[in-house]
Amino acid sequence: MDNNLKNSLSICAYNIRKDVIDAVYSASSGHPGGSLSIADVLAYLYFYKMNVDPKNPKDPDRDRFVLSKGHCAPALYGVLAEKGYFPKEDVKTFRQTSSYLQGHPDMKGVPGVDMSTGSLGQGICAANGMALAAKIDHKDYRVYSILGDGELEEGQVWEAAMFAAHYKLDNVTAFIDFNGLQIDGDITKVMNPTPIDKKFEAFGWHVIHINAHDFDEIDAAVTEAEQTKGQPTMILMHSTKGKGVSFMENNYEWHGMAPNQEQYEQAIAELDAKIKELEACK
Amino acid sequence: MAKVATRESYGNALAEYGADERVIVLDADLSKSTKTATFKKKYPERFFNMGIAEANMISTAAGLATCGKIVFASSFAMFAAGRAFEQIRNSVGYPKLNVKIGATHAGISVGEDGATHQCLEDIGLMRTIPGMVILNPADDTEAKLCVKAAIDHVGPVYLRFGRLAVEDIYDESYQFEIGKGNELAPGTDVSLIATGLMVGEALKARKILEEEGIKARVINIATIKPIDEEIIVKASKETGAIVTAEEHNIIGGLGSAVAEVLCEKAPCHMARIGSRDVFGRSGKPAELLRMYEMDAQAIAEKAREVYQLKNN
Repeated sequence: MDNNLKNSLSICAYNIRKDVIDAVYSASSGHPGGSLSIADVLAYLYFYKMNVDPKNPKDPDRDRFVLSKGHCAPALYGVLAEKGYFPKEDVKTFRQTSSYLQGHPDMKGVPGVDMSTGSLGQGICAANGMALAAKIDHKDYRVYSILGDGELEEGQVWEAAMFAAHYKLDNVTAFIDFNGLQIDGDITKVMNPTPIDKKFEAFGWHVIHINAHDFDEIDAAVTEAEQTKGQPTMILMHSTKGKGVSFMENNYEWHGMAPNQEQYEQAIAELDAKIKELEACK
Repeated sequence: MAKVATRESYGNALAEYGADERVIVLDADLSKSTKTATFKKKYPERFFNMGIAEANMISTAAGLATCGKIVFASSFAMFAAGRAFEQIRNSVGYPKLNVKIGATHAGISVGEDGATHQCLEDIGLMRTIPGMVILNPADDTEAKLCVKAAIDHVGPVYLRFGRLAVEDIYDESYQFEIGKGNELAPGTDVSLIATGLMVGEALKARKILEEEGIKARVINIATIKPIDEEIIVKASKETGAIVTAEEHNIIGGLGSAVAEVLCEKAPCHMARIGSRDVFGRSGKPAELLRMYEMDAQAIAEKAREVYQLKNN
């Protein structure tokens, strides 16, 4: 990828991270850790890859995105706001009684949200349903979905894995946010879902390992997925939970905790510094 | 009179009304039993076997529906409403998607398969989901019209069908409308409000009562939600005694729905026929319906009781 493009996507990802911190801080609740870890791939999908238009969010031919790990709604709202689906300042109304930005994504209330999610294991199935609809209608849109690594403990994910391979849904590109942590701690200690790659391969998926925070690797994997015919692709993104905020990185306690004022100010200062650094490289 | 199981009607109606290109049918390895195989034979390109994976079936149906499809997701009531309840609630009900749950083999008349397959809780489960329409037809004609109505209705619908063949109640002139009950026979002494297979039993009960000089009104409630309050309130005011009859737990089903209407709008003496908060067992359908007191004889007995209470 072109360096200028990578730089602008990176700035976008850090702005999404600021939205995440703003949202969770304003709400005094929410899930910052896993939202910060998927900011790069969301920036890549919405600002580079996907055929979507904020002015026509229901276009039947658009690419679809389903956040199967729906608790990371702050990141989805962040990228949708950055893209212009709704005003950026609305992000601060996240989880408020009067707001349309529900704690988990609501497709009926939020422009740009393609599926209501939040109950783990269901989003990937809905993504497969959208992909099957494309096959039935001979349309060439693609469907993207992000799952959590802890989410793989839901049996329904494996029903979906079987289904997508059985019906050769090569228009599905799924990502696993492999940050290794879930609410109760290390995923291998809570209920070990590894080896994730071998499991999906055994289910008939094409599997690619990448660094979740490297745009060249994201782009190469998504391109490889597009070129893979006859089977769905799973991109196993090795990520850092809490990415971009020093004290949240690799700490499972930030899975579902909001920062206090001091922590909020520090987080925003760190993210601003990073954006300034990236802008200087332009 | 012809006897047809409403699951047969379901398969036939899907094939008949499935010409609409938007209609997609999913089944969880039970297409020969749920009769969606009839649709599959006619429109194989719009039928998908989902394997024995009901949770995935419902959530996939939701995804298809977001793309403009009218999706029928079929399995036995136990595994559709029971196993996949939370998928129906969160992936279909909450986003109000156009998914129709075609649930067959409901009730104790499943027979020999026994308690694990005799779903007596589905109406209660579905009734608590906001916006869910629940249709429980009484015969072949009504079952087909319910499928047609479900296709025309935009939003989630739960359709409940039986395994056991039931006698015809309606002819071709019958017009079905979601939310409207149907008075099948007049009466002023007591009202028998039934749904599904129990409608035929209520009509038989009416004959038993007639011989004793008790004039029973028979009302078919095929739409359990939204329920026809008007016909229930009218029955209460005009007959003063009501017996509900359903192949379902007396908790949460038609009896509960009617009691809710009566308590708030027009209280009268009432009694409920249904499974009395117990699980079923293996056996011949007719023997089980007798054993668990869900037949014409049981309805007639309860009708006598409420009729006497009214007159005391």
